[in-house]
Amino acid sequence: MGIELQNINKQFGEYKAIDNLSLNIPSGDLIALLGPSGCGKTTLLRIIAGLELADSGKIILENKDTTNLPPREKNVGFVFQHYALFRRLTVFENVAFGLKVLPFRERPARKEIRERVEHLLKLVQMDWALSRFPSQLSGGQRQRVALARALAVNPRVLLLDEPFSALDAKVRQELRRWLRKLHDEIHVTSIFVTHDQEEALELADKIVVINKGRIEQQGTPQEVYDHPANAFVYNFLGNVNVFHGRIHNGKVSLGAHSVDAPDELKNVEEKTSQTFVRPHEIGISRIRSNQNDLEGTIREVRLQGGQIGLNIECQGLDNPIEAEVPRELFVNLQLAKGVQVFVTINRVRVFTGDYEI
Amino acid sequence: MPQPEISQSNPPLVKKRISDPRSIQILLIGLTYLFFIGFIFLPLGLVFSQAFGKGWKFYLEAIREPYAIEAVKLTLLTVAIVVPINAVFGVTAAWAITKFNFRGKSTLKSLLDLPFAVSPVIAGLIFVLLVGSRTPFGSWLGEHGIKIIFSTPGIIIATIFVTFPFIARELIPLMEAQGRDEEEAALTLGAKGWQIFSKITLPNIRWGLLYGMILCGARSIGEFGAVSVVSGHIRGQTNTIPLHVEILYSEYNFTASFAVASLLVFLALLTVVIKSGMEKHFQKNSFHH
Repeated sequence: MGIELQNINKQFGEYKAIDNLSLNIPSGDLIALLGPSGCGKTTLLRIIAGLELADSGKIILENKDTTNLPPREKNVGFVFQHYALFRRLTVFENVAFGLKVLPFRERPARKEIRERVEHLLKLVQMDWALSRFPSQLSGGQRQRVALARALAVNPRVLLLDEPFSALDAKVRQELRRWLRKLHDEIHVTSIFVTHDQEEALELADKIVVINKGRIEQQGTPQEVYDHPANAFVYNFLGNVNVFHGRIHNGKVSLGAHSVDAPDELKNVEEKTSQTFVRPHEIGISRIRSNQNDLEGTIREVRLQGGQIGLNIECQGLDNPIEAEVPRELFVNLQLAKGVQVFVTINRVRVFTGDYEI
Repeated sequence: MPQPEISQSNPPLVKKRISDPRSIQILLIGLTYLFFIGFIFLPLGLVFSQAFGKGWKFYLEAIREPYAIEAVKLTLLTVAIVVPINAVFGVTAAWAITKFNFRGKSTLKSLLDLPFAVSPVIAGLIFVLLVGSRTPFGSWLGEHGIKIIFSTPGIIIATIFVTFPFIARELIPLMEAQGRDEEEAALTLGAKGWQIFSKITLPNIRWGLLYGMILCGARSIGEFGAVSVVSGHIRGQTNTIPLHVEILYSEYNFTASFAVASLLVFLALLTVVIKSGMEKHFQKNSFHH
């Protein structure tokens, strides 16, 4: 195992940041800790790095129990949200830092340090900036230097705390793909923390969804996205329409309408339910194709890159529906604000029981 | 395209709205100058005209007189001891307050201003009450041959008290703004405590530290109230420059008094020059933050 966390607990005053959390991560994996802000994901990362002490629990990194080691002996690479580069040191000195502070006997010769730093900077495509200062680099460049600095000490594991969140959208996406490629080359067990589901889905081998200091679900991006374990995960993994209602005799009510309940809930007699539908799974047409179709009026049209977002007020529903249609369909159906449409709800996920978003 | 025409026709209107009327500008600038003339330029000029009132020769005699030289020596000795001590204290306090969470932190932070708020005379009296020869602790010290009040240690202690906030107050906002990220990064990279301090923290605060030391030094040179209480005014032994000026003045030896005072003015001007030079450097380097 690359990383084993056993029954980690952490409390800040009255607030339980990590609640008896256990997690196993195979060596060489790239894992996303995904959750809303304040869910404890950053705290967990800092506990693994030793920057925060757990109240109880055990941390094993690459088969070595590091629970009680001081942070400088844990040998983890940590990449901070705001880079945390040493502002008074050059790029070269930044990356060399971890090697230069080694005790004399373990410290590589000056020439070796130079070679290693140059190699790492080449790996992150920053070898042209050896003698620059951090303030002379862009955000994306700084984060790449920070990554090289963390890798310089041959860390057991690499921890990245929201590494791309301070960057603008375009650079973020570029760096994401680049990190995935880099990870495929160096294979160090890595965890990155993010609140961006898109980032987690795109980048990670496995996603661990965290809420209120506990794991809600873990699995491959595909598993987590297609088979969310509960309402929280479904809701967190993308935009969603929520209908509060009841499940009754194999039918789920959506306001004044109803749809067939999913197979596993067919036998439920009577229960409160929440029905989730993703905006892109809503069908839009100009003519009624099915007697279950809802009738509505487009209230708002939003341009979202290749997709068009629609806000539709439907008869018999309390809240408007959010739908997403491809641009082509939008043009073909001649949709616009104020146009009457029929809404088909194809795929629903129904969760019973009480759950607050 | 009609757009460029619209944007070209409007600039004067915009300017009118964002700047104050010229008359108010002139009034405010004039008042500022008036204040500076009345409270800084005029007094400075008077000090020098008095100091040189009896000519160069008298001036040089006054500042080369043995007691004056002793006073200068004592003042410089005080500064040389007080500034390093307060630098160590200031860095320690600022480090503790900004990098750790502990009980009583906010109280400590507000107590840091106490020496500014308390009259220096009271600060001096506190030390007389604490270690004066009539107190138990003071007489115990006296029995062991240690004299604090009416001697150099007392002057140094009183000056330390009066000037200790300067450096810490300079560093705390700076270190708060810089946060703990870099130190934490160094920690995860395997650096030991002193390595983090010498390679990361100290370089990051060095200009703020120097700036605080200069302010602290300037205040140490000029401190009168607290030092006056603890020194005993023994000529040639416990007189600092400000005390010496005061003695000369009360002996109606005005010219000599202002001559020695002009030394203080020179030191103050020197401080201001160094300080503004550093401020420029500060700004130039602040983009590294």
